[in-house]
Amino acid sequence: MAAQSSPQKHPSIARRMIAEVLFKILGICSLIIAVGTLVLLFGALLFEGVTRIDWQFLMSYPSRHASQAGILPAWVGSTLIMLVTAVVGIPLGVAAAIYLEEYARRSWMTELIEVTVTNLAGVPSIIYGLLALGLFVYILGLGETILVAGLTLALLILPVVIVTTREAIRAIPVEIREAAYALGATKWQTVVHHVLPYSAAGILTGIILALSRAIGETAPIVTIGALTFIAFLPPAPFTTQPPYLSFDWLLSPFTVMPIQMFGWVSRPGEDFASNAAAAGILLVGMTLAMNGLAIYIRYRMRKQVTW
Amino acid sequence: MNLTDSSHAQGWPKSLKAETRALSFSYASRLALKNLSIPIGENQITALIGPSGCGKSTFLRCFNRMHDLYAGNRYEGEILLYPDRRNILAAEVDPIEVRMRIAMVFQKPNPFPRSIYDNVAYGLRVRGTTERYLLDEKVEQALRSAALWEEVKDRLLARATSLSGGQQQRLCIARALATDPELLLLDEPTSALDPIATASIEELLLDLKQRVTILIVTHNMQQAARVSDWTAFMYLGELVEFGLTKELFTTPSKKQTEDYITGRFG
Repeated sequence: MAAQSSPQKHPSIARRMIAEVLFKILGICSLIIAVGTLVLLFGALLFEGVTRIDWQFLMSYPSRHASQAGILPAWVGSTLIMLVTAVVGIPLGVAAAIYLEEYARRSWMTELIEVTVTNLAGVPSIIYGLLALGLFVYILGLGETILVAGLTLALLILPVVIVTTREAIRAIPVEIREAAYALGATKWQTVVHHVLPYSAAGILTGIILALSRAIGETAPIVTIGALTFIAFLPPAPFTTQPPYLSFDWLLSPFTVMPIQMFGWVSRPGEDFASNAAAAGILLVGMTLAMNGLAIYIRYRMRKQVTW
Repeated sequence: MNLTDSSHAQGWPKSLKAETRALSFSYASRLALKNLSIPIGENQITALIGPSGCGKSTFLRCFNRMHDLYAGNRYEGEILLYPDRRNILAAEVDPIEVRMRIAMVFQKPNPFPRSIYDNVAYGLRVRGTTERYLLDEKVEQALRSAALWEEVKDRLLARATSLSGGQQQRLCIARALATDPELLLLDEPTSALDPIATASIEELLLDLKQRVTILIVTHNMQQAARVSDWTAFMYLGELVEFGLTKELFTTPSKKQTEDYITGRFG
């Protein structure tokens, strides 16, 4: 009784508290280094480039004169390439993941495919550029075009999309699947009515994160031969004559944001440096916007599907 | 010894809904059911009891071919479904066809994360029913049969997951009943529920047997005694004893059965 009500602290508490405090300090330091570096970098970028961003900058072609130069072809190119990447990469990746998770029977073949896909996610992006240069540009003769750039980035994001989609699908409880099967649903009905809708939030998040990584990719795009100076836009996708849709833009040469940025950085002179910084801010902005979209979609979908 | 004869006269349902004949089942590397021949009386409640791991859930899941979903499982023997005497384990029988005639309610309530209405209508929609008035009618009927209609009729579009555990399980029963199954399988349907919810489901089962044949797995012997007409006691994948519930619980013919129901093991 007396021993229990004694207010004396156990001797080991003080010792353990020291470890506690030390770890807290260590954690805060790591955080400051990580976040601080990022803030400094982005702050410097903002300081140098933010005044350069205006309508003229967004809507102009590159120029020999820094003050007249703009990034119109670059952001149009980036956007169109992302479109191709999304249209090709997402259905392929999601379908492959569904097949692997729901349809494929376990065998050494599927094991091999799984290991390969996971490893592909770690392959340096320039390797994809080399593959694309050989396959799309030389063998298939598609040239240094938007189509090839989009296909290349689609290959690049494919493993990431497959892996994240599989994770999301695997999170659906087996009880839900069994409930659907027990009611007489086919595999396809189970996938379309339940597995995909309930995992959509996770899948979309993975897709957008993959796309926002792809938009900043430079190496594979340089490898397949993007131009650094381009003073025209691809042909418009819409026409006034039937069939009103045109796909000529797919076979147009292009440039993208990171390459435009690199082009300016490698030039002498203060003025071009601030152009590069401005392009950098916009690129970071595009990436952040895509991440923001991912977070928003996830939030909305989580609200819809409540377990 | 005319023991077998008399047991056949009294210890066997008059009219059968289904029957297993020499049913054996093995998971990839393990024999889980050994040579089971059990009759399922029409419009009766048959309970399967036995200690954990005796194979009663495995047995139940043979009836709607749930084991087909996972690789390496193998059935032997037959499950005959009456009145057409179809062997639902036959290779040429599509498991989906079986699941359209035999419904199942699981141990843990597993409603889809959708509305109450969508949950109940799902089985019908899978079968291609799209007419709203038909769906409305069937959904109401099924919810009434599951004694849930009064509680949810004003919020059919609310999330199924917002219901209490007992309501969710009754919703799962309604979902299973909506397609008018011939046989209803229940796998320890009350093991995740409190005593009040359990009582309401037991009462429901007694009402339902007018319409549908019921096969229920339970680890609760009082429950088997309360609701079932017939009881099969299983141990280590084998059938120890089958008989009328009131006889099996009062005058078991096997020592092992007696030990189990008196709580000496299991």
